[in-house]
Amino acid sequence: MIPERWLNVALAAGLLAVPLLAVAAGETFTVTLATKVAILGLAGAGLNLALGYGGLVSFGHAAFFGLGGYAAGILASHGIVSMPAIWPVAIATGGLAALAIGALSLRTTGVYFIMTTLAFGQMVYYFAVSWPAYGGEDGLPIYVRNRFSGLDTLDPIQFFALAYVLLLAALALTARIAASRFGLALAGARQNPARLQAVGIRRYGIALTAFVISGAITGLAGALYADLNRFVSPAMLSWQTSGELLVFVILGGTGRLWGPVAGAALYVTLEHWLGGVSDYWRFLLGLLLLGVVLFARGGVIGLLSGPPRHG
Amino acid sequence: MPRSVRCSALSASLLAEQVLNGLQLGVMLFLMAAGLTLVFGVMGLINLAHGSLYMVGAFACAATAAATGSFWLGLAASLAAAAAAGALVEIAVLRRLYARDHLDQVLATFALILMFSEATRWLFGSFPLYLDVPRSLAGAVELPFGIRYPLYRLMIIGVGLAVALGLFWLIGRTRLGVRIRAGEADREMIAALGVDIARLYTLVFALGAALAGLAGALVGTLQSVQVGMGEPVLILAFVVIVIGGIGSIKGALVGALLVGVTDTLGRALLPSALGAFMEPSGATAVGSAIASMLIYVLMALVLVVRPAGLFGARA
Repeated sequence: MIPERWLNVALAAGLLAVPLLAVAAGETFTVTLATKVAILGLAGAGLNLALGYGGLVSFGHAAFFGLGGYAAGILASHGIVSMPAIWPVAIATGGLAALAIGALSLRTTGVYFIMTTLAFGQMVYYFAVSWPAYGGEDGLPIYVRNRFSGLDTLDPIQFFALAYVLLLAALALTARIAASRFGLALAGARQNPARLQAVGIRRYGIALTAFVISGAITGLAGALYADLNRFVSPAMLSWQTSGELLVFVILGGTGRLWGPVAGAALYVTLEHWLGGVSDYWRFLLGLLLLGVVLFARGGVIGLLSGPPRHG
Repeated sequence: MPRSVRCSALSASLLAEQVLNGLQLGVMLFLMAAGLTLVFGVMGLINLAHGSLYMVGAFACAATAAATGSFWLGLAASLAAAAAAGALVEIAVLRRLYARDHLDQVLATFALILMFSEATRWLFGSFPLYLDVPRSLAGAVELPFGIRYPLYRLMIIGVGLAVALGLFWLIGRTRLGVRIRAGEADREMIAALGVDIARLYTLVFALGAALAGLAGALVGTLQSVQVGMGEPVLILAFVVIVIGGIGSIKGALVGALLVGVTDTLGRALLPSALGAFMEPSGATAVGSAIASMLIYVLMALVLVVRPAGLFGARA
């Protein structure tokens, strides 16, 4: 068993080393893949806060991811192309959407919560499809990647650096939250809501706060993802995206700090590799996921460094 | 007849037709939701792959009908294929998940969706198949008040309501129904009383799967039969269950009809209703955008008033 701390350091170093080596070897596509891992890891980190730390199984996080993406795309289409101006808007959009959806969905628990978040996610999806102003079903292109003063964001490695720094910041925030009084209350809400209530803390407020922070982080990731692809479409809001975000978190290790990054890295690598093996690579992916659920609970991090010290 | 009266008579018959369309969507959603709610009520399993069984039913019907030329053989094939696929999945995978938390169930059944979809794409290709309405059910019928309505859609409504009655009878009046209700209440106890619980679970799952397959086959003639057709319907069925309350067949029926009628009437009426206040192209855009959100607004309202659904057991 490898201590989780070392594994995290290895993941952080690996995610940094791969694109740097790729630049040295002139493989810009690998840099783009690493950027995708960092951004999807960021989105997963957002979900992990709700799912892993708070036990809130949200099947609707694509809504926050996609709305963040649309925030970037819509601002860019109106001539606001500075990332430091776009990011707060994406964060606020994700957070506000999470506030609205969470306030209603958190009135329920368990399987109702899964279905409700899925349904509200689908509502946002259908709205984006049928609202023609920003491309509707066809999506919205971002012709030139948004700018960050002092950097050339079209240079893959410089854009990677931005995504990487934001990922580290989000993970640092997650670690701070998990160790705080609020984080302990959140763990209590996951483990035993009745006892939490008995010590005088209402689950609803704790869970809703976590859900809003979670949506905000995922919204930021959506803005970056839109810039990576230079394109936003309703596909970012679809239920499949929600499912994939869940897969990142669970594949990496639910409730483990670097779990979503490990999961996203594994997913992106598999997608790239299996996609070369067979046209029907999603079948193999499904088989692998089934294997993870049935036989390797705890995901990559659980497999390598054992169960968490305190669940 | 004065023009305004004739006009309102015309719109009344249009309205009646839309209400019937809504009922048709509703009973189709009921077929899906009934299986989901039974499986959740009895086994405590959330099954995302229920939409895949709907797809299996539609493909089995389309392929059999194309091979034999008989829609009715296709319908029988859809029931058999979906029930068999359901039983197989239950025995091979899902029974290991009953004791797990919902997160594991969600991930495993998400994986099953990927596998079902890819396997279907491999077998039938990416292009949609088409199913024709059987000749004996083609055409329209004359209903009272001068309403003309397609016979086939009327048949779907009839089949859906008959299945609903059949399910109420099965759950409420038969020995199997007693066992299912007992399984919902206390599975250890009925196992101790000598009921083969594993077989009961497989049976319930296959029953739910067959209903989903039937829905897929019936709707296959109205829409194209293609990979990924099941999931949008699955999510609508979730909305139905959240509104009706988990585990309640009555809730599934009421929720399904509410969702079906609300969605259909919203799409039919909102754009023109908004046209009274704003210019037509804007009204169409805003109207269809709002109409696509109506059922979720309905769900939100139910969540505010009754978080456990209209007929949910837990308050």
